[in-house]
Parts: sequence; structure tokens; C-alpha cells
Amino acid sequence: MTLTVRNLAVHYGRKTVIDGLYADALPGALTAIVGPNGSGKSTLIKAMCGDLPYDGTITLNGIDVFRAQPWELAAVRGVLPQTSTLAFPFHAIEVVKIGLTSGTEADHEGRASAALARVGLAGYANRYYQELSGGEQQRVQLARVLAQAWAPATASGPNWLMLDEPVSSLDIAHQLQVMRIAQNFARAGGGVVAVMHDLNLTGLFADQVLVMAEGQVLAAGRPADVMTDGVLSRAYGCDLRVNTAPQGMAPFVLPHSIDASGNAGFAE
Amino acid sequence: MHVWLAVTLVVVGLFSLTIGATDVSLGPALQKVVRGQALTRTEAIVLWDIRAPRLALGVLVGAALAVGGTVMQGLFRNPLADPGLVGVSAGAGLGAISAIVLVGFAPAWLVRNVGDHLVPVAAFLGGWGSTLLLYRVSTRRGRTSVATMLLAGIALGALAGALSGILVYISDDRQLRDLTFWGLGSLGGASWAKALAAGPIIVISVLAACALGRGLNGLALGEATAAHIGLNVQRVKNMAILTVAAATGAAVAVSGGIGFIGIIVPHLLRLAMGPDHRPLLINAALLGALLLVLADVIARVIIAPAELPIGIVTAVLGAPVFLWILLRQRGMVDL
Repeated sequence: MTLTVRNLAVHYGRKTVIDGLYADALPGALTAIVGPNGSGKSTLIKAMCGDLPYDGTITLNGIDVFRAQPWELAAVRGVLPQTSTLAFPFHAIEVVKIGLTSGTEADHEGRASAALARVGLAGYANRYYQELSGGEQQRVQLARVLAQAWAPATASGPNWLMLDEPVSSLDIAHQLQVMRIAQNFARAGGGVVAVMHDLNLTGLFADQVLVMAEGQVLAAGRPADVMTDGVLSRAYGCDLRVNTAPQGMAPFVLPHSIDASGNAGFAE
Repeated sequence: MHVWLAVTLVVVGLFSLTIGATDVSLGPALQKVVRGQALTRTEAIVLWDIRAPRLALGVLVGAALAVGGTVMQGLFRNPLADPGLVGVSAGAGLGAISAIVLVGFAPAWLVRNVGDHLVPVAAFLGGWGSTLLLYRVSTRRGRTSVATMLLAGIALGALAGALSGILVYISDDRQLRDLTFWGLGSLGGASWAKALAAGPIIVISVLAACALGRGLNGLALGEATAAHIGLNVQRVKNMAILTVAAATGAAVAVSGGIGFIGIIVPHLLRLAMGPDHRPLLINAALLGALLLVLADVIARVIIAPAELPIGIVTAVLGAPVFLWILLRQRGMVDL
């Protein structure tokens, strides 16, 4: 009951974006995928969601993602895309309910309200989606994903959240709120895979980190083991220094600037 | 909502049976039908052979155009879409014009057997043919690109328009008149034969389209998300395209070019009840039927005893209503 990626290769036309990639994600853990722009993070999570044609094997709870029917995957995982559009003026709660199939209309209503409350949008059910701010829209989408993958763990196995840059358009308080929701889902036995740009949030919340560069996994493991000066500097192609916060052991990252004489120094 | 629409449709439908060019008052005739009394010969002909098939055709065509418009707007995620976008209208127009202008070149056995139905049959085949061509062009490796379809539809429409132009150029005056009136749309030539030919196609495809509610709701969030929530996106697209092509192809074939029903009905309903496609589709069928029967009544009485082409009525009433809707929800329309 894991997410396994074996010998994955993805091509866009003639361009090879990912070649021979192996990765695992376990339920009960928040797995973050980090790496520079164009390293293949989003491509990897799209392949895991079955959005792209690929070579190799990806299985989720033992289901072959490539061969699975859409509803088989939808039953065990929800997907938060990087950007979302909505064609018609739906209310926020209708957006949240769109992903729900089993159960009665009353069940849907109850679960959708609870999901909105969980992302801090309890009073927003009957607001028009288009009239919400970018961050609120992002959280409505997260509520939709939570409503779909509701129980972190069920008798038949864990459910999964696949989050492509879940905090990209949020302020710092809501970044923390969303990461905490994801973390709680993992603590309760669910699986979470998140593409992350913010290395410090990754250091604070991730249980496992997958560092990608040029379509390959550069390093994988616990944040403290993987988020090192050497790995991150190599991945991002710039001088980075990792430190640990005084309280707790979560690593944090500061970029180094190079001054005219070529000496490294802390950025102001 | 749908109960009210259905009741209104029945009332307007009965009313439409009593309206017409003959001075036979059909109010009493309808009462006779209810009481089970015999009708006079004239009453029977006017009621059963002229007005009843016309009403049936109005209901069928209105439902087909409105549901077609609703499905297209959902599929293209664009509130300006109408059935014309999948090439049905342009192809059907080309088919109809070909039949009108080139009938002299058709083999005698074909004219003898198909006769008066040559124009509708050609229009239906033209509409279907162009949709299938468009579908082929915009489908790669089993995936249909809706964007390609939209753009290719414009190109294909222009091509069909040019070919129609050539036919218009070589047509004589009588043919020119025929094809102009075809383009304006009319339920005037209604007969049971037409209603029974178009009826099954329209009823089956409208019912199939009404089952697309959840699929179109999902597509409103984009194709990727639609798949993530468990929808077979390609199947939704296939069903949408095929049902619209069949329903509107049959509708255009028997009634000619009737505009604005397809674009206005979904807008009115979304204002009244929100964008959820599950109730929207069935209500669109009812409201489309209602508006077209109403437009046909207006077309028949406004310059009685002559009648106006119904396409003019729907455009004159539809265009201002559409503008009003756009002004009302300014800022909500997002392309």
C-alpha cells in the first residue's frame, strides 16, 4: 500500500524530461518533491496522477496508474493542481462537491461543509468562486481535494493527497495552515505527496524529501539527511547554506550571495 | 423548476394548436377532442395534419437546439459556444444548399424515392459529415483537443461557407429564394413524416445528453481535474460531440437555420438556477421547446395570414435578451 515509481521515463515530444527515475512514498508520511524550475517535479507528480503518458511503472496502493480507470484512482487519491480554472459561476460549496460520487446529497453537503471549515472557509459556502481571492480559491480547491480523499486511512488502505505547489499563492499564515492540514492527513495514516518550492516549509513539515535535478533524483530521505549544503547547492546551481533553527531540529536554508571578490557572504 | 416549465409548455402547446391562418376556430375542436366527439373534416385536417405535427416538431427542435447549446457551452467551457461550433450548422447549410441547387443533377431514381425529403436528408448528412471530419482532425492518439476543435471548426465553417457561396452564385432566382428561406428557418413544412424521422434521433440524443451533467460539471474545472475526480474525460467528450451533432443535425435538417435558442436558453437558466449541469440539461430541453413553440406562435400571428420565418423571430427576440444577460452579468463572463 505505497506509491512506487520504477524506471520512469517521460518525454514531451522529442525532449526527455525524466529518464530512469525510481522513487517511493509511504502512507503516514508527507513526501516533498523539491528542485529547481524545469527539474521535472511537476512532471513527476503528473505522471503519478496518471495525467501523462510515460514508460516504466507507477503503482498506487497496488493499482497500476497507467492502466487504471479514472474512477479507480479517484477512489484513493485527490489531486490539487498547480493552477485551477473554473468555467461557470459555481458557489464555493458546489466546487467542493463536484468531486463527490458515493453517498446521498445530504452526505455530500455535510462533507463539503466540513472540508471548507477545515481550510478555514466555513462562512464561504455560498460565495461565488470567481469572486474569491486567489488564495481563497486555492483553499477551496484544497477543500475539494480533501472532500474527495476524505478519510486518511480506510479498511482497504490509505488515501492519498497529491499536491502540486499547494502553498504557491498563499500568505504565510495560510501556508502554515495548509501544510499543517497536509501533515495531519499524513499523521492519521494517509499518504501525502507535495511539490514544494519553499525549502523552509519543506524543512518544517516534510517527513521525506525527494530532491530533483535535470529529471533525476539527486537525493532522497529525511530532511535532515537530504537537505545539506552540498545537495541543495548542486540541485539549484547556486550557493546555499543549511542551518538548523535553535528550537527543534528542522533545517532552514539561506541563499548565499557572491561578492565582487568572489567571497561568499550572507545575503542581507 | 422543471415541473413549472413542463406545465407552461403544455399550456403554450395547447394554445399554439388553436392559433393559425385558417379561420377554423379550433377552441371548440379541442373541446370536442377532450369530450371524445367527432371532428369535422376541416377541423381534423387542420388539427392533426398541420398544427399537431408542427407543435411536435417545434418541441423537438427547440429541445434539441437548447440542449445542444448547453452541452457545447459545457464542453468548450465557454458561455459563447453554441451547436454551430462543432460544424453542424455550416455542414448542414452546405448540404441543404447543395440539395436545392444541384437537384437537377441528381439521378432520377434518387429524386423519385427521396422527393421532398432531399433537402432535410442532405442537411442532416452535411451536418454529420462535417462534425465527424472536425472530430477526426482534432483527435490525436485517442484524445480530442477541444481547442483544436474550436479553431478547426472556424476554418471548416469558412470552407463550407465558400462552397455554399459557389452554389449560391450558380443558382437561379427560384433556388435563391428557396435557400434564403431555408436559412431563415421555418416550421412551416411540418408533417408527421418529418416529425417521425427527426423524433427518435432527437429524443435519444437529448436523453443521452441529459446524462452528461456530472461530466460537464467536472469539465468546468478543466480536463485534468475532471479526470482526477474519476471521470472518463474522453468518453464525456465523445458523448457530447455525438449527441449534439445528432440532435442539432436532425433539428436543422427539418427546420433550417434557427438561431439564438442554443445560446440563450443555457444563459437564462444559469441566471435562474445556477450552473450545475445536472438540472440544467433537462430544464434546457423544456425551456428550449417552450421558447421555440412560443416563437412559432408569434411567427404565425404577427403578419397573419402570411407567416414570418421563425429564425427572424428568434433573432429579433433573442439578440436583445442575450445583450441584457451580458450586461447584467458583466464581470462574471470570463474568456
